[in-house]
Amino acid sequence: MNIGGKRHIWKDYQKEIAGDRFFYVRSCVRQNFFPGSEKTFLRIMKEELGKDVFENAAHTTCSGIGYHSDVVPFETTMTMVARQFALMTEAGYENFTTSCITSFGLYNEILETWHHFPDVEARIREHLHRATGRTFNKPANVSHASDVIFKFRKEIGAPGNFRLVSKKTGKPLQVVEHIGCHYAKMFPSKGVGGAEYPYVLTGMIEEWGGEVIDYPERRHCCGFGFRQYLVQANRGYSISCTKKKFDSMAPYKPDFILTNCPGCPMFLDRWQYALSEMKGTTYGENGLGIPVLTYEELAGMILGYDPWDLGLQVHQVPVEPLLDKIGIPYDPGRKFLTMDGKPMGQPLAPSHLKFYKHV
Amino acid sequence: MYKNIIIVGGGIAGMAAAAALSEIGMEVTVLEREKLPGGHVRSWDRLFPTLRAAKEVLDFLNKSLGLLTEIICDIEVGSIVPTPGGYTIHCTNGDIFTTGCLVLATGYDLFDARKKEEYGFGIYENVITSADLEKIFREGNQVTTCGGQVPRRVGIIHCVGSRDEKVGNIYCSKVCCVTGVKQAIEIRQMLPDCEIFSFYMDLRMYDRHFEELYFEAQQKWNVNFIRGRLSECAENPDHSIILKTEDTLTGHPLKLTVDLVVLLVGFVPGSSARKITGSLGLLQGTDGFLLPADEHTAGNRTLLPGVFLAGAVKGPACVVDTIADGRATAVEVYRYMKHSEVAK
Repeated sequence: MNIGGKRHIWKDYQKEIAGDRFFYVRSCVRQNFFPGSEKTFLRIMKEELGKDVFENAAHTTCSGIGYHSDVVPFETTMTMVARQFALMTEAGYENFTTSCITSFGLYNEILETWHHFPDVEARIREHLHRATGRTFNKPANVSHASDVIFKFRKEIGAPGNFRLVSKKTGKPLQVVEHIGCHYAKMFPSKGVGGAEYPYVLTGMIEEWGGEVIDYPERRHCCGFGFRQYLVQANRGYSISCTKKKFDSMAPYKPDFILTNCPGCPMFLDRWQYALSEMKGTTYGENGLGIPVLTYEELAGMILGYDPWDLGLQVHQVPVEPLLDKIGIPYDPGRKFLTMDGKPMGQPLAPSHLKFYKHV
Repeated sequence: MYKNIIIVGGGIAGMAAAAALSEIGMEVTVLEREKLPGGHVRSWDRLFPTLRAAKEVLDFLNKSLGLLTEIICDIEVGSIVPTPGGYTIHCTNGDIFTTGCLVLATGYDLFDARKKEEYGFGIYENVITSADLEKIFREGNQVTTCGGQVPRRVGIIHCVGSRDEKVGNIYCSKVCCVTGVKQAIEIRQMLPDCEIFSFYMDLRMYDRHFEELYFEAQQKWNVNFIRGRLSECAENPDHSIILKTEDTLTGHPLKLTVDLVVLLVGFVPGSSARKITGSLGLLQGTDGFLLPADEHTAGNRTLLPGVFLAGAVKGPACVVDTIADGRATAVEVYRYMKHSEVAK
């Protein structure tokens, strides 16, 4: 593979990412899937980088999952998104940052729709005003939170912080990056690096010392894909997608997988358990799985945050092998304690996928 | 004898126009940016549909140029400015030419296959273009993978950069279909054990002998033609390439591993023409190629007096048509010069 070819493409897909004063909207599902991620984003932005990030508890779902599942009409979705913009406007912000990839794609789709069809925008403004009395300005800048972490990757990877390097061998860790479909596949110019060879996660991995694996099914869906999973009868298709990816990446022996979408880490992480139960197959070393991280979790690890504050204990695939590889300290005894120090209970051991303590 | 006709571009259209004008007694200067005339044909090995050597055609055109043609190579036109009674041609090396009659035969560029990002050209070493393959043939080299191995399977991808809204080119490049058939046969001639899979949307075998060549490829050389547009290429650990496509005749998605992929790159408007158009104000079509005064009845004239077009500067064309078009331009130039004040 010629990395120069990729760099040539990346040159064409540079996007403007705001540097401060962000209006941040959370994902509907991430706080359940990976509960430490959004909190870690806010901690990094406010405590490490000193940025102004504003949240409004009154913001709602963007309705993206409903829209993509054909249960919410586009007009309704646009009006809900218009309300989010109204909250941003009322708070005095103009840089809109989303936690969710589906939302990010949807905000871009709606802004693009309004750009080409001003009459639709006018109608939605009227809907919003009639329903809520609100008006709004369109954002000056729309970024996904992974764009923002990408923008500040050098600061996060400052000397003295952890590196994606094997403590034992000194070699760079081998990393699979998986980008959410709605990040750039709809609008390549809206994503750092475009749609075919996105750079947003690759840039973080390279900056923090790791190497990216280019495997054949790199572009393939993680297995979520809304209707593949939301319609119960389709779930075989969902897990087949995930299996295809793991079969393809396994020969490259990845140390971990990095993602920027709510659904991708969920499915790449949890389906490893399901696949091990169904097929007896595990994809990591010595019967372990391949750890799957969100970009906020990884940034937090690089900054030396306590892994259990990052929420890594709720991952299906244990992350301790990765922490040990890098040399990040952790207290195994705290793994399954709640924030106030009480035991939260422990999962039962799977039949095949090993817990780290079993190695 | 009429003097002072300048032809910008010494490819086969410019050469054919110069040869015809010279033969009827006109003095011609050809400005060619490369070190030798011949244009893209200098890079081709054998020409479809007869597989004759491209060099033979170039030798013929070179010999036809006659004593009244001067070819100046290694000179690039920067701009052409209209002046009273003619045009001033400013070259990037500082040379200036004036003329009352100008033929633009600046040709075309090949589509930059890197723009089809999903095909991995420039990233995966075993993805090459039809121009790369032609160079291998012309230099007498063996077709191999990047690792020097003899390929067991080759995929040939049609319509790369042509008939593709995603890259902004909705036009057909006309020659890629038959080039793909020709190159498939040539690979089979060189590597009898190599399987060829050719992925097409539809095969436009529009000209004489093309259909016969297509049949020969299937019947004699066992080339596999699969109707389906390539979705993407991905690289295996051994650097072989996985093709993801759909066989639209059987309605099945298809995944096929090949050792080498050849992308049949199409025509795009030449960068020289774009530059000159800016300074001269010539009309472009929506495809970016230059427009003649009337596409049916004045295909070689422009709306500017004394400015003519020849060859692929007007759009994709095969060698046969390009040479014929160069000669047609010569007739138009002769008619213009005969009645024009600038010739007197």
